Amino acid sequence: MSVKKKSKAPGRTPMPEQDPEVRRRNFLEVPTGYTPEMAMQEAGRCLQCKKPACVAGCPVSVDIPGFINLLAEGDITAATRNLWSKNALPAVCGRVCPQEIQCEELCILGKKGDPVAIGNLERFCADYEREFGTGELPPKAADTGKRVAVVGSGPSSLTVAGDLVVKGHQVTILEAFHKPGGVLVYGIPEFRLPKEIVAQEVNFIERLGAKVACNQVVGRTVSLDELFEQGYDAIYLGVGAGLPRFLNIPGENYTGILSANEYLTRANLMKAYKFPEVDTPIPIGRDVVVLGAGNVAMDAARTAMRLGADRVRIVYRRSREEMPARLAEIHHAEEEGIEFHLLTAPTRYMGDARGRLTGMTCQQMALGEPDDSGRRRPVVIEGSEFDIDCDLAIVAVGSGANPLLTADTPKLRLNKWGYIDADPESGKTSMRGVWAGGDIVTGAATVILAMGAGRQAADSIHNFLTWGW
Amino acid sequence: MFTIVRREEMAEGTVILNEIEAPLIAAKAQPGQFVILKANEDGERIPLTMAETDAEKGTITIIYMVVGRSTALFRDLKVGDGYQDVIGPLGKPTHVEKVGTVVCVGGGTGVAVLHPITRAMKAAGNHVICIIGARTKELLILEEQMRAASHDLRICTDDGSYGREGFVTEELKDILDGGQVDQVVAIGPVPMMKFVSKLTAEYAVPTLVSLNPIMVDGTGMCGGCRVSVGGETRFACVDGPEFDGHQVDYDELMLRLQAYCEDEKACYEDYCRLHDTSTAE
Repeated sequence: MSVKKKSKAPGRTPMPEQDPEVRRRNFLEVPTGYTPEMAMQEAGRCLQCKKPACVAGCPVSVDIPGFINLLAEGDITAATRNLWSKNALPAVCGRVCPQEIQCEELCILGKKGDPVAIGNLERFCADYEREFGTGELPPKAADTGKRVAVVGSGPSSLTVAGDLVVKGHQVTILEAFHKPGGVLVYGIPEFRLPKEIVAQEVNFIERLGAKVACNQVVGRTVSLDELFEQGYDAIYLGVGAGLPRFLNIPGENYTGILSANEYLTRANLMKAYKFPEVDTPIPIGRDVVVLGAGNVAMDAARTAMRLGADRVRIVYRRSREEMPARLAEIHHAEEEGIEFHLLTAPTRYMGDARGRLTGMTCQQMALGEPDDSGRRRPVVIEGSEFDIDCDLAIVAVGSGANPLLTADTPKLRLNKWGYIDADPESGKTSMRGVWAGGDIVTGAATVILAMGAGRQAADSIHNFLTWGW
Repeated sequence: MFTIVRREEMAEGTVILNEIEAPLIAAKAQPGQFVILKANEDGERIPLTMAETDAEKGTITIIYMVVGRSTALFRDLKVGDGYQDVIGPLGKPTHVEKVGTVVCVGGGTGVAVLHPITRAMKAAGNHVICIIGARTKELLILEEQMRAASHDLRICTDDGSYGREGFVTEELKDILDGGQVDQVVAIGPVPMMKFVSKLTAEYAVPTLVSLNPIMVDGTGMCGGCRVSVGGETRFACVDGPEFDGHQVDYDELMLRLQAYCEDEKACYEDYCRLHDTSTAE
């Protein structure tokens, strides 16, 4: 039966999840995945639009109706292959993309009811193929003899590597950490993106022929000029934003105050949630405050809960409407018992004689006129100060541009915020043969936007390697 | 893997030297820079300033004191074993120029870090006086190397078992009182750097210290190594590890270094119980 003939679509197939009461104390993945039957049922809801609006919402232009049709016909291998042709990391994107503001927001079914669960289907295909597939690789062009260095191994770099290696170029990924994956391994927690899945996605790109060299701090271990001297024909910089912002209020260097970068890197990359089974410790808070309300803040809050906190509070200076986190993440956090203290901003931290955090003073805010970001500016309500107790504070108020590489490379033009100035269409920088994309160009954004930038840069690099600058 | 090609036990086995194959790092490293080492898959990332680098041999040398589980794990590595990960060179190199008379003050394993800096200061044409100190004679390291690297070597031990009895600051005060000193470099335990800086501030002698706070990535990403310098927060990994000694908030640094001490103590005892045959059963 053709999927096109289904006129009246049934409701969206929910993905089973671990019960909030159970999962708030473990690090296992929260949504447990579709069964093949669920996936078929959900795939059957797709209307197979002639002009699919959903595709326009995808930064890497996945052929959404195409892969869903193959899935509905029961050919999961072909569906996954179709996904791979546009997206090197479907198991990651199926989990962490904000589909609700991308492909799924534009799905026709969403106008009257629930859109097709595109992300869930993408995840299902990638997971199923990984577990039961043949492991057969997609076709690859003949070796061009051209060499590309990809700096960083996060989502944009992996996309560039995957795209270029398939086109026959020799790709080497240079990662500063001891393990590849960038934000996918140090930032996003196990319960949202199991590290085994990231390792397998990286392994897939390695099997395609890309080499991964860890412990390479480009700018320190090796410079861009030296990479060219070593014979690389092109360099892609996907090093991420990576410099944590703090609030710069009194007391911020008490122990017990960590950037979300540090807290999550300890928990995720270093697996400190298993301490003392592993050697890296992580502070265990009983009464935890997370400052900020983006996805990183939700990840930190939910990690703190899993590490045994009695109470975890999100403190945010704007209101619920302005919270940058995905709705699904906010919902999951609330289900797990995270409290939200909105229109609240800390003004100072308090500590004991041993320099340990004991609490903070906050003030109430109200929303005023819109600011540069278009969001209403929080303004202080005078005389509204109050103190709250806490023994761990995690600062998740965004990040800035890490100057480590750019300071070593004066030829690289930066914008006024210190991010790399790159052409928005091609990713070309001011240095011949050097491209950049992802957070080091845009500032902190999403996995899929970084992948979109990687896709554009890969096309531009391929053109360069084929035709010249 | 980064193979250990030479291993020495110093200071009665409490201080260990490892020379490690790391050609890319050895080719680039300059005095004052550090590396991050991780022994195995589940290991902790430990920052250590390099004591020696040999670009021709492609090796770097670290000297560390065994203080917890991670350094105990390092201690148990033999020649031919290796570190799973070594990352670097990180941090800014020491600013070395000819200023006149330089006094290099080292305590504990800080002497190891001070050694290449001392040599570079001498090579730059400075008159270099060195003061090295330890609790007792057996704990003193690199005496001969430091003698060769400087023009004038002074030794202090707390118990008077070797050299002058007393702290390095007492010897330093005599030197400051005795003649013109243009720069001091102090590397060692935080209290030593604090008191050296306090003393040199009275004499208005510029003083460089090298800090070793808690770190995870070493590339500016985690902010765990933040220190207050001149009232501003700086990251030791990318802004340091060397800072103007007169501007550093040492008391805050000492408190921050204690952040995990309870965890570490439990974890170290655990390690000793499992691995140290002398205390088994």
